[in-house]
Amino acid sequence: MFESLTDRFNSVFKSLSGRGRITESNISDAMREVRKALLEADVNYQVAKQFCKDVREAALGAEVVQSLKPGQVLIKIVQDELTKLMGPEGSDIYYVSPGPTVIMLAGLQGCGKTTTAAKLANYVRSEGKKPQMVAVDLQRPAAIEQLRTLGEQIDVPVYCEESKDSVKVAKNGLKDAKKNDADVVILDTAGRLHVDQELMDEVSNVAKATSPHQIYLVCDSMTGQDAVNSAKEFNERLELDGVILTKLDGDARGGAALSVKAVTGKPIKFAGVGEKIEDLQKFHPDRMAGRILGMGDVVSLVEKA
Amino acid sequence: EKTRNKITKSLSDVLSFGRKIDEDLLDELEEVLISDDLGYETTMKLIEELRESYKNKEIETSEQIIPFLKEKIKNYWPQRDRELAKSDSGPTVVLVAGVNGSGKTTSIAKLGFNLSSAGHKVVVAACDTFRAAAVDQLSIWSERIGVEIIKHKQGADPAAVAYDACQAAIARDADYLIVDTAGRLHTQKHLMKELEKIKAVTSKKIPGSPHEVILVVDGTTGQNAIAQAKEFTGAIDVTGIFLAKLDGSARGGIVIAIKDKLDIPVKFVGLGEKPEDIAEFEPEEFVEALFS
Ligand SMILES: Nc1nc2c(ncn2[C@@H]2O[C@H](COP(=O)(O)OP(=O)(O)OP(=O)(O)O)[C@@H](O)[C@H]2O)c(=O)[nH]1
Ligand SMILES: Nc1nc2c(ncn2[C@@H]2O[C@H](COP(=O)(O)OP(=O)(O)OP(=O)(O)O)[C@@H](O)[C@H]2O)c(=O)[nH]1
Ligand SMILES: [Mg+2]
Ligand SMILES: [Mg+2]
Repeated sequence: MFESLTDRFNSVFKSLSGRGRITESNISDAMREVRKALLEADVNYQVAKQFCKDVREAALGAEVVQSLKPGQVLIKIVQDELTKLMGPEGSDIYYVSPGPTVIMLAGLQGCGKTTTAAKLANYVRSEGKKPQMVAVDLQRPAAIEQLRTLGEQIDVPVYCEESKDSVKVAKNGLKDAKKNDADVVILDTAGRLHVDQELMDEVSNVAKATSPHQIYLVCDSMTGQDAVNSAKEFNERLELDGVILTKLDGDARGGAALSVKAVTGKPIKFAGVGEKIEDLQKFHPDRMAGRILGMGDVVSLVEKA
Repeated sequence: EKTRNKITKSLSDVLSFGRKIDEDLLDELEEVLISDDLGYETTMKLIEELRESYKNKEIETSEQIIPFLKEKIKNYWPQRDRELAKSDSGPTVVLVAGVNGSGKTTSIAKLGFNLSSAGHKVVVAACDTFRAAAVDQLSIWSERIGVEIIKHKQGADPAAVAYDACQAAIARDADYLIVDTAGRLHTQKHLMKELEKIKAVTSKKIPGSPHEVILVVDGTTGQNAIAQAKEFTGAIDVTGIFLAKLDGSARGGIVIAIKDKLDIPVKFVGLGEKPEDIAEFEPEEFVEALFS
């Protein structure tokens, strides 16, 4: 569907490399292509604008040192800046001792929280920890059953109770986890829109009552421009510790990753890459940068240039 | 209670009274349209058309911009596009598909509720036999909205469920059979094949069906929805879109790009998590919201 940026860059940079240096005038065409690529990848308009401005400045500064192949220099700067912005790399979960370490997942409806809760439980167990999950979503039909089914699949206990009071359920779940000597408790919360004050109050009450050590925003990688608005609101209400990007197994360019990182400043910890329990990976900023730019393997491109 | 605490600009912020139409204004307009997820190409196309009309003196002041764009965008969706097809005789089959978590099951509950409230007899088919508790989810909905459900166990063959559901719909003399399917990314070839198979089963059991193939698109989705629409249409000939989750601050502008590129109409919008949170797609209101 998208004309690849590699092709577009190649033609822009071909004309650049003949001229010998990056100047105000010849950088403009290339930056237009970069901006277009970012917007087509769903990077937020403002975020893309700021990014292009920064890269432009960095590129003009680089002119003196490197003057032979400006295209090569520029594409490297773009890639590096993007990688830097989405970093640092690091999926380490910070475990407290004595435990249990409480991790809460929150996010919009259908972004992948419940699935991710099970994936995370499986992951922390692979790190030698004893996980437990708590079904705090009392809204969605069969949400409890969904978590319970996933828990059974991976043999991780799930605390649940019939109730309308999510704060109470979360607190009881925590108590139960302590009783069971769990090292990590993962709270699966209901999906909610950031504009829904009632539900945002509810989730922040759950957070207040359980003081999670880590609160992660789960974000669908297919999200469009509005990602900045929801991420900002969740971050303000919950003081996020990180982001988990889901559904990266598709062909979405995933510009929301950059948008969310830019407005929250919080690290992207993990990437969901499928519906199965083991489909959780560490997040790699450099690969994500290439993906957003739609250029696949940027490194080999630079080497060729 | 909803807030509109947005980072992104709205068109009314941009088009203050008496403002001159110049490049700055067009830039800001570009920002608004892109922020509504219309996408780069569709945005550029609309702005180019605007520029032309300005040159030809069809529009002269900035106050004319919103009406101009509204007219353009609204004309994308003729009335006939929005009606739900009906079979001549026997059950009308509505096949529902889409990527993971877009809102299929909930939208089916809404549609089922809407149709049964209008006096139609509705049957739903739980062909998502894959996701944990997907069958339970649709079962709960079917109870709540008072329609019959045909289901097998989790892990069963979805085509077999579809087969039974068609048979049941005919036997019960149902007006509508709405088929829920598992979420799948359009890039997963084998899962798209599975969907084709479900469709083939209904066509065989109920000739002429499915009468509608609805793609549920999450209203917060960005440009990827174009690829979704393209691939799902390639596999099962999508006849209309259900645009879910429009109750947030996202405007769902991607359906404009989808209409522009693939000519797929929007039939319904989802506005919440309750069965009654459904509305027929109204281009006027949609475009109004886009610019509010
Ligand atoms: N392909 C793919 N599907 C995913 C991934 N993560 C989750 N899903 C699917 O996305 C859909 C929604 O996932 P859930 O875990 O139910 O999402 P949720 O955020 O808990 O949803 P609500 O509780 O309703 O807000 C399901 O069909 C999952 O199987 C992923 O990384 N890749
Ligand atoms: N706010 C809001 N939430 C919605 C709307 N439609 C669906 N949802 C929510 O979105 C989440 C996912 O909805 P589902 O109906 O389970 O989505 P699905 O496409 O069937 O998901 P899978 O079967 O896992 O692929 C649930 O929490 C729903 O309550 C809507 O119009 N507005
Ligand atoms: Mg959930
Ligand atoms: Mg479903």
